[in-house]
Amino acid sequence: MGELDLGMVNWARAQFTLTAMYHWLFVPITLGLSFLCAFFETIYVRTGKEEWKRLTKFWMTLFGINFAIGVATGIILEFEFGTNWSNYSWMVGDIFGAPLAIEGIFAFFIEATFFAVMFFGWERTSKGFHLFSTWMVAIGSNLSALWILVANSWMQYPVGMVFNPDSARFEMQNIWEVILSPVAVAKFTHTTSSSFVVGALFVIAVSSYYLLKKRHIDMAKKSILVASVFGLLSGLFTAFTGDESAFVNASTQPMKLAAYEGLYKGSRGADIVAFGMLTPGKKTGDGQEPFAFEISIPRGLALLATREWNGYVPGIEDLVYGNSAEGLVGAADKIERGKKAIADLAAYKAARKAGDDAAGKAALERFNVNKDYLGYGYMTRPEEIVPPVASTYYSFHYMVYVGTFIIFLMLFFLKAGLSDRLPENRLLLRLGVASFFLAYLASEMGWVVAEVGRQPWAIQDMLPVKMAATNIGSGHVQGTFLLFFILFAVLLLAEIKIMLKQIKIGPEVA
Amino acid sequence: MNDNLLRRCYTFYRDGFRAMTVGRTLWKIIAIKLLVMFAVLKVFFFPDFLNTTFDNDQQRADHVLQQLTGAAEHTEQRRMR
Ligand code: HEM
Repeated sequence: MGELDLGMVNWARAQFTLTAMYHWLFVPITLGLSFLCAFFETIYVRTGKEEWKRLTKFWMTLFGINFAIGVATGIILEFEFGTNWSNYSWMVGDIFGAPLAIEGIFAFFIEATFFAVMFFGWERTSKGFHLFSTWMVAIGSNLSALWILVANSWMQYPVGMVFNPDSARFEMQNIWEVILSPVAVAKFTHTTSSSFVVGALFVIAVSSYYLLKKRHIDMAKKSILVASVFGLLSGLFTAFTGDESAFVNASTQPMKLAAYEGLYKGSRGADIVAFGMLTPGKKTGDGQEPFAFEISIPRGLALLATREWNGYVPGIEDLVYGNSAEGLVGAADKIERGKKAIADLAAYKAARKAGDDAAGKAALERFNVNKDYLGYGYMTRPEEIVPPVASTYYSFHYMVYVGTFIIFLMLFFLKAGLSDRLPENRLLLRLGVASFFLAYLASEMGWVVAEVGRQPWAIQDMLPVKMAATNIGSGHVQGTFLLFFILFAVLLLAEIKIMLKQIKIGPEVA
Repeated sequence: MNDNLLRRCYTFYRDGFRAMTVGRTLWKIIAIKLLVMFAVLKVFFFPDFLNTTFDNDQQRADHVLQQLTGAAEHTEQRRMR
């Protein structure tokens, strides 16, 4: 086999990005709107008022449209694993295989039973059972996001598994360590709560549109009131879990943190850049100032990353070149150790083939000394461990700005809703429509922070993306990239068209 | 009793599907999408590389190990020769 084709790796990356971001268009609405439907219906059951039932049914129809078009788009990612990322799939089969299968079966049963009751059961089941089903759909949809997020978190912070050099697979040692790792907890809570924000803004945007058009005024006002309470609480929780994610990144993926903060040189009591523009063309170790301009909050980053005023936060250059004063080993040393690990793995394999047990045992002992650096052995330069800084930095800052803005927006909506002054507040209503798109972008940008920020790793420190790929030519991947692009464009158009049509029709017919 | 329950479930789904409006279009989209995904994309464009190229797990493991140790292995073989 020749050298791995880097063109193929980048095409496969592009294809995965396209599919994941497209799939993610549907997920936040499913996660957030399902809970809102449950809240609306709970109010209906408690008050017994028909207008709440009509309202619930309307939002459920929009939920159904989003669900139907989005369902199974995530499976395409699994196709890609098997074809484009076969080395990776093989190595992590143990963590991805069984749990994802269980999730599939679980989701199917939830969908086949509770979804059916939710949509068909209004007149045929008791109010209580119908409500129970709606709650089950909300809880089930959110739980079915759990496994894939746990699997993703494991790639960012591989704990609870050990590498078996005979089978070339990571094998499960402690499933609880995998599920309850700090990365997994932060990721699940941040992903779900930020999706609740998107769901709340979906309801606010559609309702604001109605109020601007002076249609379905009562329903729109009621919907906004519930959505702004949910949105406010979720927005606050999103900021809290986002802060927690950054704190966890500081110990598990310090390079990612340094990249999204634009921190090249670390220090004790580091400042945080609140607003700033990176110097275009800045490269690691080139001596240029990182920022063309910046406004910083003193000691903010130290507090965020270490919870101490004077804590040490390493910068990109400390992580690449090492910092002996702070006890940081540079990437060159890690590459050295990684290369030893690869050589010892090769020696182990050769000894096993030759039936030489003693040599095999010795090679394995040597391998175990350096195995935590395995992935570094595939790097050629220390600078290779730096992710693309600008896209990570700007995506992170955009997400945080939007997150902060949304908390205030929810407060304004809640206040206007409670004092019944929504219809005349046209600026707020226009902001309500626009903010949905801002939040959607923030949600996608969150994934850019998480995934671009962890490059070059497929599995942190263990397997770089370039080694995770299948050794096939790039032509095939280019072809399927185009195919997906067309398929997704068609599906997205269908979603937008059906959704807009239903919003135009409004609640009466729904 | 059991029969009755099955019957009720059946009519529940049947009437539900019959009464759908937007749902009909959605089911068509779901069906076409799944068909394209599983009958076209998966079959013709996304074979599982390791499953279709190798016969058993041992060969698959060897292949992945070979990929992981590629460059080092040549050196090792040279050293052992
Ligand atoms: C308000 C302040 C916010 C902070 C401090 C924050 C912080 C973070 C951090 C540090 C990550 C990377 C986590 C990792 O890679 O492990 C992240 C990811 C993410 N963020 Fe935010 N975020 C905020 C607001 C938002 C908002 C408003 C949204 C969407 C509406 C959002 C959606 C996401 C998503 C979807 C991810 C990827 C999943 C994950 O890694 O958790 N975030 N956020």
